[in-house]
Amino acid sequence: MINRKKILPYLLVSPYILHFLLFVSFPVAFSIILTFHKWNIISPMEYSGISNYIQLFNDKTFFKSIGNTLIFLVIHIPLQITIALFLAEILNQKIKLRGVFRGAFFLPVIVSGVVVTILWQQLYGFDTGLLNRIFTGIGLDKIGWLIDPKIAMPSIALMATWKNVGLYIVLFLVGLQTVPPQFYEAADLEGASHLQKFFKITLPMINPTIFMVVILSTIGGFSLFIEPYIMTGGGPLNSTVSAVLYIYKQGFFYYHMGYAATLGLFFALIILAVVVIQKKFIETEN
Amino acid sequence: MKKLKTILFYFALAVSALLFVYPFYWMLMGSFAPENEIGSLTFLPNSVTLSSYSQMLDKIPIGGAFINSIIVASSITIGVLIFGSMIGYALSKLQFRGRDLIFYIIIFTMTLPFQITLIPQYIIMVKLGWIDTYLALIVPYLINALSIIMFRQYFKSIPDSLIDAARIDGCNEMQIIFRILWPNSLPAIITIGIITFMASWNEVLWPLIVIRDESLMTMPQLVTLFAVGGRAESQLGVKLASAVMLALPIVVAYLFFQKYFIQSMASAGIKE
Repeated sequence: MINRKKILPYLLVSPYILHFLLFVSFPVAFSIILTFHKWNIISPMEYSGISNYIQLFNDKTFFKSIGNTLIFLVIHIPLQITIALFLAEILNQKIKLRGVFRGAFFLPVIVSGVVVTILWQQLYGFDTGLLNRIFTGIGLDKIGWLIDPKIAMPSIALMATWKNVGLYIVLFLVGLQTVPPQFYEAADLEGASHLQKFFKITLPMINPTIFMVVILSTIGGFSLFIEPYIMTGGGPLNSTVSAVLYIYKQGFFYYHMGYAATLGLFFALIILAVVVIQKKFIETEN
Repeated sequence: MKKLKTILFYFALAVSALLFVYPFYWMLMGSFAPENEIGSLTFLPNSVTLSSYSQMLDKIPIGGAFINSIIVASSITIGVLIFGSMIGYALSKLQFRGRDLIFYIIIFTMTLPFQITLIPQYIIMVKLGWIDTYLALIVPYLINALSIIMFRQYFKSIPDSLIDAARIDGCNEMQIIFRILWPNSLPAIITIGIITFMASWNEVLWPLIVIRDESLMTMPQLVTLFAVGGRAESQLGVKLASAVMLALPIVVAYLFFQKYFIQSMASAGIKE
């Protein structure tokens, strides 16, 4: 009886331990071994020393894919925070139909990224896409949303912002609700303007939410895959190859398992470094 | 003057809300429009046709993919709820050696980027012979670190006296979890259920890697391959029709349970 009681907790957590061994710790260890091998899965694994690492450091496309991912983040994150904060601030006022508006902004969040990408691929069409039709309608030039190498990645970042911003509006709304109303009342007594209240009270108070949004969208942005996979296949001129798309191509298109594992490991270390730096920055800020 | 300001305010708000809804409306109309009208479509097509849908149904087994997605997403959700609550219960209410260690390992694995395990996990699937089976789609997702943490946190708020009383009444640990804790944890179960179902319904990278057999593909995977492969023959209408089919189940669920969707995804975002 006493024995059963001692074993029981371990029985309960055993599924986790099995999962951790098979799907987390073994893959991590195995991926490190893989980086020293060449392997196409079919023929036997072949030891190749550090040649995968040498190849990586000479791989212009891989560094371009990391650069592309960073371009995506640099556009996506500030745009998303600005729009989400603006709309959350509006929805936080005493307005009618708040639930309806919130529900509308949130709609793209729940829909699959595949749907959103297929849809925006049409909207971004050069000749008959809705956006260019609107642009020519008001006398502007057509934009090569997905065919101009300089614009394609920003276009994808814009679409991703449209898809995700609803979630961040809701997160900011939660954050805004934590600001004590007395702060605003006191500011009103001193005759502060809307903008003053926003920059002096709201912004400092919801700093933690902003940092959370930055980290969440950084991790999300580093996983960018399906949008360029469907929309552009990585083109034009590799301008939209994201790091995950490039790893996917190396692994499952060319079957360079060892090299793809090397890219995955290297990229994961970059992600961890960026997130750790962001968290350190946050800790010193607060 | 004040009234005019209010009207302008609501007008601007309505316009910005429409920016998020109108593209979906356009997609729906585009899927019903004849192919040659999509390029000029703004609000309503001149004539309505189901030809995009019938062509799509001829080309891809979308019905089978729908069933595959239901099977996969439901199995994962049920598994995550059962295993998550078992592990969360042990971590929050039982005393045993190594408990804190397991908790910190779970926290640590949450920060591990999936990019590092993607390739070796695929190789594990190959070695287990799970490629082109439901097992590859389901088993790796049955345990989810975030859900364990959320269950642990929620169970901590349930008083020990409730559990002790059940034990005195002769409940075993499984009965305590599923008969005593579950009915008292509905908010946690709804939140974890919704985010897990949504995430597995929308997952597409992993199915692309482990499923090649068209009859086993999930909906987003099938629609993705249809859109990027040559089979849509660059017809916009059939692509839009397939996207509508993919969006429909979740959007319908969203219309009924909007509040739960928004609350669940927000609280998951905050916990992560």
